[in-house]
Parts: sequence; structure tokens; C-alpha cells
Amino acid sequence: MNAQWLIVPVLLPAAVAALLALVRPLALQRIFSVAGCVALLGIAVHLLANADSGDLTVYALGNWRPPFGIVLVLDRLSALMLLLTALLALPVAIGMSGGEDERGPFLHAFLHFQLMGLNGAFLTGDLFNLFVFFEVLLLASYCLLLHGQSAGRVRAAWHYVVVNLVGSSLFLIAVALLYGMTGTLNLADLAVKLPLLQDGERVLAHSGALMLLVVFALKAAMFPLFLWLAPTYTNAAAPVAALFAIMTKVGIYAIVRVYPMVFGASAGDAALDLRVWLLPPALATMACGALSALASRRLSGVAAQLTLLSVGTILAVGALATTPALSASLYYLAHSTLAGALLFLVCGLVSAQRGETLDLLKRAGTLRQSQPTAILFLLAAVAVTGIPPLSGFMAKAMLLQASAGDAATAWIWSFVLVTSFVAILALMRGGIVVFWMGRSSQPSTDAAPTPLVGAALGLVVLVVALAMLAGPIKVFTDATALQMTDTQAYVRAVSAIGGRP
Amino acid sequence: MSMELLTAVSVGVMTMASVYLMLRARMFSVLLGLTLLSYAVNVFVFASGRLRIGTPPIIGAQQTYADPLAQALVLTAIVISFAMTAFVVVLAIAAYTRLGHDRVQPDREELDR
Repeated sequence: MNAQWLIVPVLLPAAVAALLALVRPLALQRIFSVAGCVALLGIAVHLLANADSGDLTVYALGNWRPPFGIVLVLDRLSALMLLLTALLALPVAIGMSGGEDERGPFLHAFLHFQLMGLNGAFLTGDLFNLFVFFEVLLLASYCLLLHGQSAGRVRAAWHYVVVNLVGSSLFLIAVALLYGMTGTLNLADLAVKLPLLQDGERVLAHSGALMLLVVFALKAAMFPLFLWLAPTYTNAAAPVAALFAIMTKVGIYAIVRVYPMVFGASAGDAALDLRVWLLPPALATMACGALSALASRRLSGVAAQLTLLSVGTILAVGALATTPALSASLYYLAHSTLAGALLFLVCGLVSAQRGETLDLLKRAGTLRQSQPTAILFLLAAVAVTGIPPLSGFMAKAMLLQASAGDAATAWIWSFVLVTSFVAILALMRGGIVVFWMGRSSQPSTDAAPTPLVGAALGLVVLVVALAMLAGPIKVFTDATALQMTDTQAYVRAVSAIGGRP
Repeated sequence: MSMELLTAVSVGVMTMASVYLMLRARMFSVLLGLTLLSYAVNVFVFASGRLRIGTPPIIGAQQTYADPLAQALVLTAIVISFAMTAFVVVLAIAAYTRLGHDRVQPDREELDR
């Protein structure tokens, strides 16, 4: 494959976003936006097919040789995340066309800017470049969240923006510490330079690395840095909240990209044992998510807390850092992104049909399209909580299997099983209030927008496909987990790139 | 030695002041805190390339040279933090007009809504 393909997932959304900002008619915007997402999906599939051969593709931007220039690196993990983003983006773009985009001129443009930031963050092989792409995707997410500018959204956005700006400052401090000690920010070069550090330098580099972990934990919404998540996701428009389902996964991606490779076993004395730092907060995240889901006053609040629960689950099992554990958490990551997005879209369908009551867990009129909405809700709930036959069940079974035989098995198993039960309770409570406790036999007059229903159906298809193709996907994630910890191959691939010094 | 001390102290004092300001309950103070924090971070990033006087960032022009990469990093960081500050200012104004006050904590009435 021509390595220049690697820049396309970044350039294409940028071009589409610029075009969308110029085009005024909404009908044209919708066509361009959906077409952009379809094109992105095609490219993501192409890149995944190439990455599956096991070779790493490296593209030196501007033909500057690493570590002097910035490189984009495509391996199985990046390709998986790119495909997941593209698969999520298409239903989101369709769902946005259901009337949400009439409340402001630039919703579709912000979506594509966000995709640009996400794709860039998944592809880059340079820490400072990762910071830049984080800022791109954060700025787009601020605008997406603020879209429509209701008081609730402005309030939620203030906290979200301030927390993330402080996080960005910490990111810069951490990057500066690592650069000051090793003289490089290229991930492959960092992996080479770290084992060579002296004692005093190593302490500072470790402080930088752990500060970086705080930043990634903030993006992933890990305990105790999770309080921004629920108000943000609850107040955002349904398709936007569905897109945000992948935002926490960016933080998780950054953790599993940087730490096993740079601070893993190959780092010698400079290796960091992340288990101590990740496992207890991850379990606490699960507990907080599950308990808060029971206490939520809105259906989208329940969905947001269950997102938190999924983050905790991925990090708890991922913290074991064995190949089966990483593989199972990757499958669960893909599943929880799609299932969580589906749940957010169903919340949007509910609020669209309940007028002023929105998706508050209060008695209100019967939904106009009660039965179809209830079936979609049931499917989403089955997927999210991990009841057979959808992908949630496979994912949780894999997680339990992968975490067996470890010192922390008892903790992880009891937390996963009990929180799954609590999640079922929370969703049952929501479903009963919304669908069965209709106050009048007179159905409400508002119908759910058709594109939003279509988007939800699309995600149902994806969740079913994830369950049916669990075998091949597991083979792929197994290979991904092996590749993630293979520092030597990564360093070899990056240093083999020529170009101007 | 004195330059290192001065830089370190100024970064520390700015960070301290910014943390104090960010923990206050008014959006305007938080805004000033964020700005101060970004100054502190910029100086810190600059210092990560080591402090040297009278050396150009060019190899071979003199015996010693300054690290140009830290300067490039800090330039990018300045641009980004400037844009973000502008965004937060606009957001604070929007919040003030929508909510009628600039308190960071929502009041009882808002929470019930």
C-alpha cells in the first residue's frame, strides 16, 4: 500500500468540513456530510485490510526522517479505531439530519472536524502531535456540545471546557518533562531512549509519564476524574452524545498505545507497572457508574453513567496487560462504543416524542410510536447490559475468561457481574417509567424523526454483526494485542523510514 | 544559576496563583486562572529545551546551540492556548447572558430544571 493513504483519514474530513462550512442549503450539507462519512468508511476498511497483514505502515509527513519529523503509523490498533470511528460517524451523520442540524448552521462541519481530530489522534506516532489532535477534537466537541445553546448546554459546556483546558495544560507539562529528559517525543524513539536514562532523570521521566496518565484518565473519565462526563453527555443532543461515545475511548486508546509500548517490559529499569495505578481507580469507576445509573433522573443520564461503567470495565481488565486481557478489552471497547451510541440515540427518540418532559424519568403521555421505540430500547438495553444473544454477552464472557487465573480475578469478576446486574436494574427502571407508566391513553402528537430511527436501526445492525462475527473479530483483536506489546517491531518499522534528516 | 532560579520561581508562582483563581466560584476568575496557567506552562515548555543565553538555534553557527524544537513546541502551544482562551471568553459571555450570572455552581433552581 502507498503510505500516503495514511494522511487521507485526516485530510478528507478537513476538506469536507471546510466545504460544509461554506455550503448553506441544509439538504446539500446533509448529502455532503453523509457522503463524506461513507468515503471515510471505505478508506478505513482499506486501511484495516492492509494493517491485517501484520506489517506496520509508516508515513513521514513532509518526508522528514523520524525522530526529527512527525510520523503517522498504521498498525492493527490504529486501523481498528479508525474503522470504529467511521462506523459510528455514518449513523451519527444520518441521525443529525433528523432536524438537529436545523438549530445552527455548522453542525455537520463540526462533526467532520471532530472526525479529523479523532483520526489524527489514532494515527499519529508523536506525543506532541497527539496533543494537537486532542485539541482539534476537543474544540470540535465543545462546539458540538454547545450546538443549540440552551442554558443547560452552556452550563454543561463551561465545566467540560474548563476541565479539559486544565487537562491540556497538564498534557503540555508532561510532554515538556519527557522531552526535557529524553530529547524526543517520537513514540518509537522514546521507547529507545527511556532505558538509557540515569536514576535522577528516570524519576522525572516517570513523573511526566504518570502526569500523562492523569490526562488520559481525565479524557477516559476514570475515577476520580469522571464528574464532567454525566452532565456533558446528558445535555448534548442525541446524535452528538452518540458520537461522544467514542470520546472516552480516545483516552483509553492513548493509554494502551503509549504505556505497553514505551513503558512496558522492553523499557528495562524505566518500566512502569500500570496495574497499581489503573486497577483500583477502574474498579471505583465501575462502582460509581453503576450506582449513579440507579440515581439518574433522565434516561440519557442512565446512558451516560453506563458509558462510565464501560470505561471502568475496559480499564480494569486492560490493566492486567496480558495479551488475552488486552484482546478482550478491545472487543469490549468496540462493542461498548456502538451499544452506548445506540442507547443515546434511543434516548433521543424518547425525548423527541415526549415534548416538554424530554427523557426525564417522570410519568408523561404515552409515546406516539411506543412499540417500535420500546423494541429499540430493549435491543439497546440487552446489548449494553450483556444479556445473550447480542455482542454485550460475548464481550463480557471474553472479559471474564481473560481475567481468570489472576491475583485480582475475584475483584474483577465480582465487580463486572454485580455492576451488570445493577445496569439491568437501572435500565429496567427507565424502561418501566418511560414505556409502561404512560399517564393517558392519548398518545403524544410528536413523532420521532425518521433519520434518527434509521440511525438507531443502523447501529442495531452493527451490534448484531459484532455478535455474529465475534470469531473473526476475536482473531483480529488477539493479533492486535500481540502487536501492541511488540515494541521491537514498532521501533524497527519507524526507524526504517528514510527521508531528509 | 540565577536565570534558572528566576524561571522556576516565576513558573511556580504563576501556577500557584492560577490554581487559586481557578478554584474560585466566579467564571471571570476561572478565566484569568486558565490564562495564567497557560503562561506558566508555556514558560515551562520553553525551559525544557534548557536555558541558554546568546546561542542561535542553528547547528554549526557557534560552539553551542539552543534547542529549536522546544521553541517550536512553545509556539504551537501559545497559538492553541490563545485560541482556547478566546473560546472560553466567548463561552463565559454566552453563559452570562443565558444564565444571568457568572457563578460557576448551578443554583438550586437550575438543578431542579
